[in-house]
Amino acid sequence: MSKTKDILLDPIASNNPIALQILGICSALAVTTSMKVAFVMCLALTIVSAFSNLFVSLIRHHIPNSIRIIVQMTIIASLVIMVDQVLKAVAYDISKQLSVFVGLIITNCIVMGRCEAFAMKNPPLPSFYDGIGNGIGYSVILMLLAFIRELLGAGKIWGFQVLPVSTEGGWYIANGMMLMPPSAFFLIGLFIWALRAWKTEQVEQPDFKITANSRQSEVA
Amino acid sequence: MANESVTKTFVVALTLCIVCAVVVSSAAVSLRPAQEANKLLDLKTNILASAGLLEEGVDVETQFEKISVKLVDMETGRYTTELDADTYDQRKASGNPSLSVALSASEDIAKIKRRANFAKVYVVENAQGLEKVILPIKGYGLWSTLYGFIALESDLKTVAGIGFYEHTETPGLGGEVDNPKWKASWVGKRAYDSDGLALEVIKGKVDLARAGADSQIDGLAGATLTTRGVDNLVKYWLGQQGFKPFIDNLKTGEA
Repeated sequence: MSKTKDILLDPIASNNPIALQILGICSALAVTTSMKVAFVMCLALTIVSAFSNLFVSLIRHHIPNSIRIIVQMTIIASLVIMVDQVLKAVAYDISKQLSVFVGLIITNCIVMGRCEAFAMKNPPLPSFYDGIGNGIGYSVILMLLAFIRELLGAGKIWGFQVLPVSTEGGWYIANGMMLMPPSAFFLIGLFIWALRAWKTEQVEQPDFKITANSRQSEVA
Repeated sequence: MANESVTKTFVVALTLCIVCAVVVSSAAVSLRPAQEANKLLDLKTNILASAGLLEEGVDVETQFEKISVKLVDMETGRYTTELDADTYDQRKASGNPSLSVALSASEDIAKIKRRANFAKVYVVENAQGLEKVILPIKGYGLWSTLYGFIALESDLKTVAGIGFYEHTETPGLGGEVDNPKWKASWVGKRAYDSDGLALEVIKGKVDLARAGADSQIDGLAGATLTTRGVDNLVKYWLGQQGFKPFIDNLKTGEA
């Protein structure tokens, strides 16, 4: 039981796919200007990641090593198309806003990475949990980003105006930069900083050390 | 069978492909009706929004009831009943040689290559007569064709609104054609003056003190080619090649 819990909760803080493995940044920049859109994206990614892990794990003993990546891709792609079709049918407006990014889940490194690293070596149920766990890890960061960006960029939370914006006669001057992709970069950077200050074991060893400048006397 | 054998590889690949293909195609087929309905609803919402008629919280279908869909023969500029307006697809027609004409380079300022013979227009009428008319427009921007609507008030001179429902301009630059503030700046502009078509999208900001400012729209900052594209397509569709004959007929009541 505790192992299942570990598989589910580990990716949230101690092994977060975005903050530690630095995967899936592209969609984290693109779909986090509003919480509603980010939430649908998170849901889509979690579903795809969970089920692709499950299916890959189910047939893992029959996947020839030479074509394993393409087999994983086919499964992921089929699931993504399903999700995309469902979104177009039930949540048309949001699917329009997510546009190409649902399709791009296919190439999301988190999904691919978990299939290859976990589902190929583990039984179906833990793999399924692992998919959900990583989906949640991704979602936590995305929702935090979306919360900050929507609040500071548009004065809204989940589409509801909480800070009256100056363009509509309020006092809050919206920070337009928050709605631009670079702001998500800065915010992710700050998250990683905070996370590593809390969990110091995540801090990486520097690849190389810069030697001290040579002294005048040594040069001669 | 050994996992790495050629036969096994082919069997696995083939089985997987068939299973995935069946799953994906059945999902696509079963969800198609709902998707088409959504698309139609979205189009109606866009038509209402571009004319400034969209009310939040009211059912789009009920709002759309006051709009009548009509076909206009682009040659004569008069209404036609040759084809059924509800099922006519103008976008498909402009690709069909029997339903469209090729445009020469000098005519084709909006870079649309072919123009459908019939255009689908949306007319809003009230007790006093014509309230608004909504015209379909399209033209090439920076990356691809922008599709949208422009609406005129009952005087057939004043712009009632504009909106693009499909484009692939750069988000944040050319994509600002969707910016509500920019779209609002079109409302109330004079499309025609005594010399004919006057509406234009200029580069930079409109100087309100200058003459003709009431026919000029701010260009989009950082999106020169999109701005030029929108300027061209508006000039094309409101010009003699576009809906000008129809608008003239509408004014004299001969449409």
